[in-house]
Amino acid sequence: MLKVEEQQSVEFSPSLIEKFDEIVLRYPPGKQKSGLLPILHEVQAALGWLSPAAMDKVAGYLDILSIEVYEVASFYSMYFLKPQGKYMLEVCRTGPCCLVGAEKLMDHIEQKLGVKEGEVTPDGLFSWRGVECLAACGYAPVLQIGPEYTFYENLNEEKVDKLIEDLRNK
Amino acid sequence: MGRKLLLEHINVPGINTLEVYRQKGGYRAVEKALKMTSEEVVEEVKKSGLRGRGGAGFPTGMKWSFLAKPEGVARYLVCNADESEPGTFKDRYLMTYIPHALIEGMIVSSFALGAHVSYIYVRGEMMPQIRILERAIAEAKAAGFLGKNILGTGYDLELYVQPGGGAYICGEETALLESLEGKRGNPRIKPPFPAIAGLYGCPTVVNNVESIAAVVPIINDGGEEYAKIGIGRSTGTKLISASGNLVRPGVYEIELGLPVEEFIYSDEYCGGIPNGKRLKATVAGGSSVPVLPANLTLKLANGDPRLMSYESLSEGGFATGTMLGSGGFIAFDEDQCMVRNTWNFSRFYHHESCGQCSPCREGTGWMEKVLHRLEYGHGKMSDIDLLVDVSKKIEGNTICPLGDAAAWPVASAIRHFRDEFEWHVKEPVKSLDTNYGLANYAEPIVKAAITTEN
Repeated sequence: MLKVEEQQSVEFSPSLIEKFDEIVLRYPPGKQKSGLLPILHEVQAALGWLSPAAMDKVAGYLDILSIEVYEVASFYSMYFLKPQGKYMLEVCRTGPCCLVGAEKLMDHIEQKLGVKEGEVTPDGLFSWRGVECLAACGYAPVLQIGPEYTFYENLNEEKVDKLIEDLRNK
Repeated sequence: MGRKLLLEHINVPGINTLEVYRQKGGYRAVEKALKMTSEEVVEEVKKSGLRGRGGAGFPTGMKWSFLAKPEGVARYLVCNADESEPGTFKDRYLMTYIPHALIEGMIVSSFALGAHVSYIYVRGEMMPQIRILERAIAEAKAAGFLGKNILGTGYDLELYVQPGGGAYICGEETALLESLEGKRGNPRIKPPFPAIAGLYGCPTVVNNVESIAAVVPIINDGGEEYAKIGIGRSTGTKLISASGNLVRPGVYEIELGLPVEEFIYSDEYCGGIPNGKRLKATVAGGSSVPVLPANLTLKLANGDPRLMSYESLSEGGFATGTMLGSGGFIAFDEDQCMVRNTWNFSRFYHHESCGQCSPCREGTGWMEKVLHRLEYGHGKMSDIDLLVDVSKKIEGNTICPLGDAAAWPVASAIRHFRDEFEWHVKEPVKSLDTNYGLANYAEPIVKAAITTEN
């Protein structure tokens, strides 16, 4: 169920609109709705999450109903319907990663960041969650960080500690 | 040393660029195919015996020949790069290191099907691979392999990359098409099949990344040459994603027909099980296929060696066999708990069920819950048969194969490892911090055959 957070007005920058314009050209005339998933990725990359106001604006751009955007945004796991930390650590929690220590790693991240899965650290920098198979099982355990979905492979506690320190000092 | 058709040049520095890819013979298949008729290209793929590399193993050439060709209606080729099957990561590897192999295959395949706009649907989490493909497409376009009037032949093709949104179900071809149309990834009721009414209601072929890349060597060397590699109806080479408890996990290109034992233990491939442990079980073709104990992984029920091929892996049906699937090969060592792993996979399918069909939407959740209580020491003996019962009620009763994919791992784990499930019920406290261990799963085949009948 879509959780409606506080409404706020959003503005899309001209460069973001330019990206939308480029995306919808990939599809036949009248099939601009095909651009919905890539456009939502662009909005999330720019704003950090998909607020109802932002989704309404996307609906307006694509000339579709708002509900068509909500139902898609709530179906796919990559879209955030509430604000996240600046860095969202997404740790693979599926079979092959668990064979080589993903569960321990998540415990470690929880302890290190001091927040539970899905919560944001007080400084707004970090959140973390377990996600399903990221198709990198040979390099397990793995985690990814959006919006560019940079991949970190063959992880252990030391590597995660260093990653968190590096991001904190960035 | 097996022949490499897809990964032969994977270690050449700069092979991800058009320039180096060309130096290594890249885009010859485009030059060759565009001088042929589209029917001749389809015929070569038919002759090759190539079977879909995404998991179902349906003959690619036959799939292509089903494509409807009504006058004045656009046709589409959509590449399924939504690689999400747990244990599978070969397409990521191919797209990362040798993206032009996919682009070249897309051009040849689109030509064969008469498509003028084609899409590569890549799972959204593979954003770096999406950037790599976009760069490769731009290079190919600048070199005249894409766009209008390709190589002066009059053939036009535009190729676009589409990101997904993080949904396993979109690997199912009709869910993928829904997603590509900007909707939730709910699989469609078939018929009509995509070959008749696919993307935007137009005739469409959906092929896996590896299938499309395999078209390149098939056109270069001819379908008959390709069919000489492999064994029986398992022709050619296959990318295997090896993960879990292996000395050298990774992506390997094998000639189909390689003995499973050689794949696991030889230094050319996975190099055996690390830390001096013994093999307990494997999942041979991605999490959806039945799990097998070590003995049945290495040998058929009659004691003959099991081979990495569509037929040999499924030899014995589900009683003693499994499936090649997507080639996602997961190895479990003696310390792994089959109950825990089955629960983990069940959670995955529950999370990924699209919710359209009740047996899958509800059943995957029930299985996850029951397995959770077995794993955490609250299970009852009747839970084991309850799981079998639920899995049977999902299997075959859903629109798409996700239901079967959720049911099979549970049913097979109980089929082969029932004693371990029972132990979890009998020893609820002990099972929390001790593993059942190897039991007799690695014993000679005769003993295991008896276990499976229990």
